[in-house]
Amino acid sequence: MKTIPSRPAGVQPRRILARLAGTLGRLRPADLGRALVVPALALAAFLLLWSAGASQLRTSLGALPGPVQVWEQAAALWAEHRAGRQKEAAFYQRLRKRVAAAEAAGAPPERIARLRAHRYTGPETFIDQVLTSLATVATGFLLASLIAIPLGVVIGLNTTLYQAFNPLIQLFKPVSPLAWLPLVTLVVSALYAGQDGALSKAFLTSAITVTLCCLWPTLVNTAVGVAGVSKELLDVSRVLRLGWITKTVKIVLPSAVPMMFTGLRLSLGIGWMVLIAAEMLAQNPGLGKFVWDEFQNGSSNSLARIMVAILAIGLIGFLLDRGMLALQRAVSWDRSAVLR
Amino acid sequence: MHNYLDIDHVGITFPTDAGPLTVLDGVNLTVRKGEFVTLIGHSGCGKSTVLNIVAGLLRATEGGVVLEGREVDEPGPDRAVVFQNHALLPWLTVYDNVRLAVDQVFRKTKSKQERHDWTLHNLALVHMTHALDRKPGEISGGMKQRVGIARALAMEPKVLLMDEPFGALDALTRTHMQDSLMEIQARLNNTVIMITHDVDEAVLLSDRIVMMTNGPAARVGEILEIALPRPRDRLALAEDPTFNHYRAEVVRFLHERHQPPGAGDGPPPPADGAAQAAPLRAIG
Repeated sequence: MKTIPSRPAGVQPRRILARLAGTLGRLRPADLGRALVVPALALAAFLLLWSAGASQLRTSLGALPGPVQVWEQAAALWAEHRAGRQKEAAFYQRLRKRVAAAEAAGAPPERIARLRAHRYTGPETFIDQVLTSLATVATGFLLASLIAIPLGVVIGLNTTLYQAFNPLIQLFKPVSPLAWLPLVTLVVSALYAGQDGALSKAFLTSAITVTLCCLWPTLVNTAVGVAGVSKELLDVSRVLRLGWITKTVKIVLPSAVPMMFTGLRLSLGIGWMVLIAAEMLAQNPGLGKFVWDEFQNGSSNSLARIMVAILAIGLIGFLLDRGMLALQRAVSWDRSAVLR
Repeated sequence: MHNYLDIDHVGITFPTDAGPLTVLDGVNLTVRKGEFVTLIGHSGCGKSTVLNIVAGLLRATEGGVVLEGREVDEPGPDRAVVFQNHALLPWLTVYDNVRLAVDQVFRKTKSKQERHDWTLHNLALVHMTHALDRKPGEISGGMKQRVGIARALAMEPKVLLMDEPFGALDALTRTHMQDSLMEIQARLNNTVIMITHDVDEAVLLSDRIVMMTNGPAARVGEILEIALPRPRDRLALAEDPTFNHYRAEVVRFLHERHQPPGAGDGPPPPADGAAQAAPLRAIG
């Protein structure tokens, strides 16, 4: 039998590294070779095929870029980001100096306040777009989870409610984000008219579209998990004459946790995909807009930059899923959860 | 205290797609206080159904169960169940699984410290104090079943109901568990109804063996008193003629008189599905 730490291992990087090292250490040399060499070979083959195939393909923007050009553009985007940040820092430094000078000159307070309110308005860099996208997907996903988990628990506990909600869930579940988007845009504009507060309209539109699309997997899986508590455990609860609340808290909810996380992982994956599409169509800031802007831009570097964005989207999606899995392992009693 | 537990003309019929199915028909059994009774019979004969009716998890459609003069109409901790697949909560530690039951049953009658001590006491009875902080997924099948027994014992039940508690264990672990159970039984003298498929287990542990006829419409076929002195030692009994006689009686009942339908030279099952076996001995 495998020994498993009795306390839930947190998500501390040191623990994870130690566990990874342990896993690698336990592998026999042949396994180790296979675990590292096979993926490396596959990656090399992919890069070779890509660079060989890409140079053959001519588009209106020149040859399809190979791995080398994409790498160059990734470096260029990073350099642009660094330069942008430097400009921003320089801007604020100048601003502080002007404020100090104005204060020293005894300028009226309202003028100083107006001066202070100046903000840097340089172009958003690639990293900014990534951060915007992450913030948007996090907001939409959290909102969806806050609705879906409690609702799923209630629906799962009550057959009548389940029957009431099921047709609605089945009806809205397959709706594409692109169909929601115009509706959400109009509703947000109507309800949020004229305000330009902390949250921009575009941000809200994207986040709510994400919410509407990633509500369903969490809702359905939570309900199924809550309804699917093992009969033997319910018998235990009956023999003990547990009250309704104790039964729900001690037996029903914990046993639904693995299904909840399955739903959350599916939701987050869907949310991330939906977000890129929504940003692209609605011209909301974020990675989707970056891709669309580069497409419209049509420079010789655009295709390589779009490919950088594609790789970034894939990598971030993978990392989000990994993060949810780590959270699941830290929180859930069920340690059989695997990465798929 | 002669009729401590009275299973009185219990019958149960389940509605199925192919019409009503009578699983039990007129099951009669009385159990004395402190008695260890095993139910034995072929798979699907309704042994678990009897146990679930006593537990209150199923309602009999005919007859009823009376425990200490009160009719059983719902499940309760006075009839603690040891489930075949242990039914421990996988997200709670060994200690917390037992503590949950202790807290629930003795919420009003024991202080926090007493409940803690009582939890440890019961885990000590089954020799599980070394693994208090482990989760069920981290201990072996035999250990899980020990915890399941500790949880049931901790409820201080009037009757302990065990549904094939050792059925899923390997032979060696099973003998350990049987010895542990005899040791606990010698100390606590609980009233136990246990279901088993294992003839040796039944003879070794029981004061009486209740042999059930094949379903559908199963009933009590024969009851065998096991008059072996306690404490019983499995090694000494292995060559004991009385032990082997009892053993042979049970095997003969299961084999010759009540073979599964359609097998061997037993009496053909009645076409209408109603068992007609008459009890050989008076019950109780």
